[in-house]
Amino acid sequence: MDIPENSIVTVKVPWWRQTRWEATFAFLFFVAPLVLGLLVFTYIPIVWGFLISFSDARNTIDIGDWVGLDNYRAMLTNSEFLRSLRTILIFAIFIVPTTFFFALGLAVLVNSVGFGRAFFRSAFFIPTAVSYVVASIVWKMGIFNGLPYGFANMVLYWFGSDRVIAWIGETSPPWYWLVLVTVRLWLQVGFYMIIFIAGLQEIDQSIYEASYVDGGKPGWRTFWTITFPLLRNTSIAVLVLNFIAAFQAFDEFINILGGVGSTGNISLARPPLVFLYQTAIGQQDYGRGSAGAIILAAIIIGVTIVQGRLFGFGRRA
Amino acid sequence: MASTREINDPTYGRLVRPNRTSTRVGPIISLALRYAVLIVLALTFLFPFYLIVRNALMTQAEITGFDWVWWPETPQWSNFTDLFDDTSINMASGLRASAIIAVVNLVLQTLFASMAGYALARIPFRWREYFFVYVLLTLMIPGAVTFVPTYVVVAELGGINTLWGIVVPGLFSGFATFLFRQFYLDFPAELEEAGRLDGNSYIGVYFRLLLPNSLGIMAALGVLSFIGSWNAFLWPVIVGQSPETRTVQVVLSTFLTAQTINLPALFAGAAVGAAPLVIVFLLLQRYIVQGVRMSGIKG
Repeated sequence: MDIPENSIVTVKVPWWRQTRWEATFAFLFFVAPLVLGLLVFTYIPIVWGFLISFSDARNTIDIGDWVGLDNYRAMLTNSEFLRSLRTILIFAIFIVPTTFFFALGLAVLVNSVGFGRAFFRSAFFIPTAVSYVVASIVWKMGIFNGLPYGFANMVLYWFGSDRVIAWIGETSPPWYWLVLVTVRLWLQVGFYMIIFIAGLQEIDQSIYEASYVDGGKPGWRTFWTITFPLLRNTSIAVLVLNFIAAFQAFDEFINILGGVGSTGNISLARPPLVFLYQTAIGQQDYGRGSAGAIILAAIIIGVTIVQGRLFGFGRRA
Repeated sequence: MASTREINDPTYGRLVRPNRTSTRVGPIISLALRYAVLIVLALTFLFPFYLIVRNALMTQAEITGFDWVWWPETPQWSNFTDLFDDTSINMASGLRASAIIAVVNLVLQTLFASMAGYALARIPFRWREYFFVYVLLTLMIPGAVTFVPTYVVVAELGGINTLWGIVVPGLFSGFATFLFRQFYLDFPAELEEAGRLDGNSYIGVYFRLLLPNSLGIMAALGVLSFIGSWNAFLWPVIVGQSPETRTVQVVLSTFLTAQTINLPALFAGAAVGAAPLVIVFLLLQRYIVQGVRMSGIKG
């Protein structure tokens, strides 16, 4: 073979000779715990869950007794499962807008005062440190206790009502929604308020100065025409995070309405996670439980994507 | 016609602006209103804390009495000793289990995430981007939805009713890794190179230079993971139902749904279960705020 003069010969060095071994070793050393952990406790469960959802797996966690789509069919025609999806949708419709409204309102209010700002911020934020179980104790046995000594009934009495409301047991009107929504609102609103305060502080103050020079006064108009549009990315983040969290509600439902091991009033509003818990862990039907989990995951991912599209996620504000 | 005045704006030069015609009463009323709203709301938000403490210090008869008592005449501190003396409640072992879980989670989750974050940001490797995608994909999966198959895997590994079965699956956070990677991407490269010129390996640079310089972000994410694992309920209740592995949340939940309820002990339990975190929260609020702000970027 003739090689013409002055031609450039590129020699391809095989990858295993290019690699800097120290870097490779260090890289693998550093990622190993996380990568292996995610493999065992995230990826393998997802694959296993996916496969078991096509298997008849009652009282067993073995894969292989293939039943095709039977588990999915069973879940999608199970009136209790469908009812749990409706329940969580109602819950999300209540909790997502109220949290959004209160978190934004508190952020603007806290940000607008000088004296005592740190105190107010802490007061609204500190419930974040409390667990759903502890909050459920306070809501169920303290504030919304159905007996006359419950605080809510006491307040009604002070205002001249001699009715004693069973906040958790009563179905018409369904007062338990008030209990479930307020407990989550109390626990999470401070978290989202902090995110909004961070968003507010990122807004360039010169925009307000420019608006002031053009005759705009601080107030509602400035809020709606400047602040709110500039909080768009923050707002989307809050809506999406809040929605995903609401759809996975479990703790307050099971602690306020029912209980682990006891049924209580959980049938009033059984969220999907409680239903899956009872199907998979309670009745040990892992096939159907996994099918239900995958349906729920698909709904959450689907709605998140739609929400993102609707509000233009990814576009620069 | 409204009066005008000239102002000398540093940016725009001389400007004619309408005079503030309204008296200064408007802004004062507005400020007073805002404070009034804030005070009412702050009292409302703090009320549940007050209720926990009040009920924890009263007798059953005082709590269930028809007249509302704002503060017990003689605080019943014995409610707390009764709580720990009652062997059917398991409060002490619950606190111990929760403390172990929360500390292990805080240390190892932060360490694993920062190690992987550093490698993904700084160490050249042929398939680094694939590893990053592998980590990012886990962020798209709604966490609690995987609890059924994760339970199956943990059961297969023999982790039911063990403390490691509760804590280990939570040690690997794709999200924390992502935040650490962002942090190390912004870390001054000169410092790292200087460290390497001094003869350090990548591992040496990480432990001698980057780890000590990322304590702020570690505190921010670590406190959040501590709060999260102390307050977790769904996973511990599935995996750790036996009396020895019940976390404080599972203990309280079991107590809450018991047939006969001793209200003072229940609220004393709530106070004991919430107090460590309220203290951590008040001491480390700065880091928590920082951590929550970083979580906000997730959307």
